[in-house]
Amino acid sequence: MSNTTPLLDVTGLTKHFPVKGGFPIRRTIGAVQAVDGLDFQVSEGESLGLVGESGCGKSTTGRLITRLLEPTGGKISYRGQDITHAGRKDLVPIRSEIQMIFQDPYASLNPRQTVGKIISGPMEINGIQPSGGREKRVRELLEIVGLNPEHYNRFPHEFSGGQRQRIGVARALALEPKLIVADEPVSALDVSIQAQVVNLLQKVQKDLGIAFVFIAHDLAVVRHFSHRVAVMYLGKIVEVADRDDLYGNPRHPYTRALLSAVPEATAEEDAPARERIRLTGDVPSPLNPPSGCRFRTRCWKATEKCATEMPPLVQVEGNKPGHLTACHYPETQETVPAPRAAKDPEAAA
Amino acid sequence: MTPPTPSPAAPLEVTDEDSATPAKSSAPKGNESRSPGRLAWSRFKRDRTGVISAYVVVLFFVLGIAAPLIAKLYGKDPYTTYGMNTPGLLNEFNFPVKPNGGISSDFWFGIEPQLGRDVFTFLFYGIRNSLLIAAAAALLTTLLGVVVGITAGYLGGKTDYLVGRVIDILLAFPQTLFFIAFWPVVLAIFVSPEENTPVWLTVTSLILVMTAFGWASIARLLRGEVLALREREFVEAAKVTGASPARIIFKELLPNLWTPILIQATLLLPTYVTTEAALAFLGVGLQDPTPDWGVMIQNGAKYYQDDITFMLFPGLSMVIFVVAFNLLGDSVRDALDPKTKR
Repeated sequence: MSNTTPLLDVTGLTKHFPVKGGFPIRRTIGAVQAVDGLDFQVSEGESLGLVGESGCGKSTTGRLITRLLEPTGGKISYRGQDITHAGRKDLVPIRSEIQMIFQDPYASLNPRQTVGKIISGPMEINGIQPSGGREKRVRELLEIVGLNPEHYNRFPHEFSGGQRQRIGVARALALEPKLIVADEPVSALDVSIQAQVVNLLQKVQKDLGIAFVFIAHDLAVVRHFSHRVAVMYLGKIVEVADRDDLYGNPRHPYTRALLSAVPEATAEEDAPARERIRLTGDVPSPLNPPSGCRFRTRCWKATEKCATEMPPLVQVEGNKPGHLTACHYPETQETVPAPRAAKDPEAAA
Repeated sequence: MTPPTPSPAAPLEVTDEDSATPAKSSAPKGNESRSPGRLAWSRFKRDRTGVISAYVVVLFFVLGIAAPLIAKLYGKDPYTTYGMNTPGLLNEFNFPVKPNGGISSDFWFGIEPQLGRDVFTFLFYGIRNSLLIAAAAALLTTLLGVVVGITAGYLGGKTDYLVGRVIDILLAFPQTLFFIAFWPVVLAIFVSPEENTPVWLTVTSLILVMTAFGWASIARLLRGEVLALREREFVEAAKVTGASPARIIFKELLPNLWTPILIQATLLLPTYVTTEAALAFLGVGLQDPTPDWGVMIQNGAKYYQDDITFMLFPGLSMVIFVVAFNLLGDSVRDALDPKTKR
């Protein structure tokens, strides 16, 4: 990774959704703190994975970066340019550089438009006239994503989920973006199709040098795809690290718990039986998140300090450079996790 | 690319340019890539009910538009009182002398009692006026409903709330009653009660009043559709590529709304035909010397105990028209949206 200006620089990004209520006069009675103070960078050509369980603010983050949502606070800059509160007109030059792949391939394609129209739409909007015409370019794109260029005039309903997602990828590529936000691009697909689409994205990422923000809840998919991984919990990033560092040496208890939940297909003979960390309870409501460390209500290491002091996202002792963890009591490689409250060895066997 | 030529002709041509063209011409044929409009059209053509209804509806419109021409060829007009001018057509009770409403080679649909006007031309002029009013009102209503509905649905928030309440109030009104009560008031604004109301003013105010009360249901329907559509990811995808609200509305949302719009419009027109006729029958709207379906039925109602013929022509023709138009609407929907097919 280069040390020059990152492609995307996010600092203190916050999004609170107001909750309205009351009668007869409706007023704001609270806020869902979907995203609360995110800091991360994406370098050119890099792929950042964003993982976390449902409702932790992953998708909101993606929509904030693409500016489908207006941030409540913080700053998003793209190539040093502040786009936090840029209007539609100001975003015009940047729109073509940041694109998005959506989760649901059935909802993300207009059922009344042909594949050709869907893919050439972005070019039309941005007034791009590729050499050889838009139709030729669309056929090229269809070929890149592994579809038959002759399907140009077909409608989305004639395609399967995986094929539709490929059309979505082709649409995102139409503007030759520098950054693609992929919002759970494979979670709606059949497992057998997931690998194909992930491989396609990986190929696109490598061949065209596009940076990715890859949002997913599937750790295996993220591991396969991303250079760096950020783990989110309840609107905050709890740990960021290079892929191998994060999977090999998780420092945050939540990361460790997440990783321990991944089933392993190949069990080594002499390896000690892996301990499965079971988290008890539910994710607290983002309407009223816990004080201090947000994970403390489910953490087996939580102390007084965790309730009063919010742990900063820093490079804790023993981390490689670039490995940031937000925890007062980070896990160490050597210590076998000894969950106090949240373990049930009999059931885990 | 290649016109859909019958297959026997193809092998003859292919032989000499075998290697060059097949890759180009044969692939798209196998893929059946046809435009949505043509697909809908071919589906519509296969629907026999729809095609027949379309012919009937078109016939009515042609008859209405060509009414002056028909009258000219036929040699009579709807205003002349033939029965009073020519002795021997009406008897001492001012009823047609000949049976079945006085149908004869001169008067194909008979003549009216009392005044002795020609029913044939009166009916065609009536169709002409009724369809004109109904079509204009349906067009305006649809336009207004679409604009208001999409605006409310897309903008949401306070606009949506306000429009929603206006629609609620409008739909709560008893419309026919309100027409009868309100329409003379509207007219009085423009013309003093002593003067004769010009026909154009009657027509315009009829259209406006019907539009004012008709747009609400279309607007509400479209508002709901837009609310559902605007949260779909393809709208977000368009936003991400920098599409303007106008483009999103016209290119992304509107194509998905044509089906409800068309269905509503095709249901609206026959409704307006009957509404307009009902109003004329009740004495609101067009008045007697002006030919109109409702006026004819009103006249026919006076005599139907003695001779049902005068009721039969306007009544039957209206039923045929309304049924055909509704069936056409169904077929159009089936063709446009094959998923909703029965």
